Amino acid sequence: MNHDSYSDDYLRGILRSVRTIAMVGASEHWNRPSYFAMKYLQDKGYRVIPVNPQAKGEEILGEKVRNDLAEVTEKIDMVDIFRRSDAVPPIVDQAIAKGAAVVWMQLGVRNDAAAAKAEEAGLKVVMNRCPKIEWSRLHGELAWSGVNTGIISSKRRKI
Amino acid sequence: MADKPRAPGFETLAIHAGAAPDPATGARSTPIYQTTAYVFDDVDHAASLFNLQTYGYIYSRLTNPTASVLEERVATLEGGRGAIVVASGHAAQMLAFFSFMEPGDQFVASNKLYGGSITQFGRSFKKFGWDAIFVDPDDPENFRRALTPKCKAVFVESLSNPTGVVADLAAIAAIAHEAGVLFIVDNTMASPYLCRPIEWGADLVIHSTTKFLSGHGNAMGGAVIDSGRFDWAQNDKFKSLTEPEPAYHGLRFYETFGDLALTVHGHAVGLRDLGATMAPLNAFLTITGIETLPLRMERHVQNAQAVAEHLERHPAVSWVAYAGLESSKYHKLARKYLPKGAGSVFTFGLKGGYEAGVRLVEGVELFSHLANVGDTRSLILHPGSTTHRQLSTEQQIAAGAGPDVVRLSIGIESIADIIADLDQGLATAGGKG
Repeated sequence: MNHDSYSDDYLRGILRSVRTIAMVGASEHWNRPSYFAMKYLQDKGYRVIPVNPQAKGEEILGEKVRNDLAEVTEKIDMVDIFRRSDAVPPIVDQAIAKGAAVVWMQLGVRNDAAAAKAEEAGLKVVMNRCPKIEWSRLHGELAWSGVNTGIISSKRRKI
Repeated sequence: MADKPRAPGFETLAIHAGAAPDPATGARSTPIYQTTAYVFDDVDHAASLFNLQTYGYIYSRLTNPTASVLEERVATLEGGRGAIVVASGHAAQMLAFFSFMEPGDQFVASNKLYGGSITQFGRSFKKFGWDAIFVDPDDPENFRRALTPKCKAVFVESLSNPTGVVADLAAIAAIAHEAGVLFIVDNTMASPYLCRPIEWGADLVIHSTTKFLSGHGNAMGGAVIDSGRFDWAQNDKFKSLTEPEPAYHGLRFYETFGDLALTVHGHAVGLRDLGATMAPLNAFLTITGIETLPLRMERHVQNAQAVAEHLERHPAVSWVAYAGLESSKYHKLARKYLPKGAGSVFTFGLKGGYEAGVRLVEGVELFSHLANVGDTRSLILHPGSTTHRQLSTEQQIAAGAGPDVVRLSIGIESIADIIADLDQGLATAGGKG
């Protein structure tokens, strides 16, 4: 699959089907991008489980931080990766082992080999995107910030 | 993956981009949200908003729902990632440079810009310690020669008011990008219907929306459109976007918001501290104006071409500077960058000089004698007796506003009436060769 661009339907399908997200590289520092994304996704009804060996044992936004994906006992729908591109392959292996349906790599994160492996195992993959930005774009909230959302509609949006 | 849906056309976007029906009421036309502030759900929601962790409205100096619709509209029409609308075109320039300039920084700009921009850059920007270096844009290499290590941007107009200068956008973009600096293009006189500078390499696009975008001479406004393509981290020149921002507890805009960095910064820092907010009513008028931009621009350039050709044959006229004429030295560039037409603002010279210019602007009946451009109405100005009267004759000539110069902004009235009015005005003005 081409990972240079994604259709709105593809991203919307993922964001609608997913409920529990393991966020690898979630930071306990409130001014870090991962903290922004985690807080926002929680507000939108997702459960986000933080994974970060450096913050192991702490709590982020009410969720206990896990050492790695293997330590997550809950069923995970999606693994969201806030790590360097070259750190992605073992995380993808764990995501496959955990039975996640989606691997999502954040802005600036892309690993085509790992993506191909995940897709072979039947997972959906998104790279170099942020679920917070895509959720807000598809639901009209991003437009509040003066952003070109690419969405044209004559239908009234649900609040 | 599923086939990408066909991208909507420019005319569709001019009407629909950013403007879904109002979610609260179903209102189809964009409501004028005439409010200064917005309630918080609770303290935690307020904290998320102030920390920029969630999207939403706080205070209309920063963002307003009517202004947001206009922002998405202009960002979409220019092919950009996001936009910030502000109180005027001058405010747009101020906000754009404010987002990345520091005291002691420089930028290189065309010396054929609109006179008000020359004054803003050359005089008022000095008070911030920002130094504009002006060069003749006709040779793109002039920009390369003028660049210094302190330079952070190159600034041109796609089509210059009022001398009909067309910038070689692709060539100048390449020079700016080779130096790792921003390429900023004022696209006011062309509008995105005639030219889309981002497609030629512009990183930021500036508009005075007062002109063709709003189009009816009834709403002041400006816009900064970010292409979202500039790599702010490619060198250490753009620290306001790459380094921690103290007022947001050490947040780094580029790292946190990616290609939205400048759009978010423009609201959260630029409008917060410069305060040049666009009024919601003006945003509404501009949104409404843009809906007919394609139709208006088509007629503007059609009428302008006809008037320019007519004047070129007129015995009282010594020269016409319109890039749509084959006699223009910018004709070739206009064919490349402005294939649908070379705008509708241009100047011409009267053989009868200063006195003939004064008699013409006073003798016309349909043309309005005033200092604006880009109106549905045809407008006329004699710079020598009005906007440029404080200058010496030498300075006037250097600014393309010599005693014999008349500026026209051709409107969308019946072309026969526009030409008849000029003809009777020129007959009154006399001074035939």
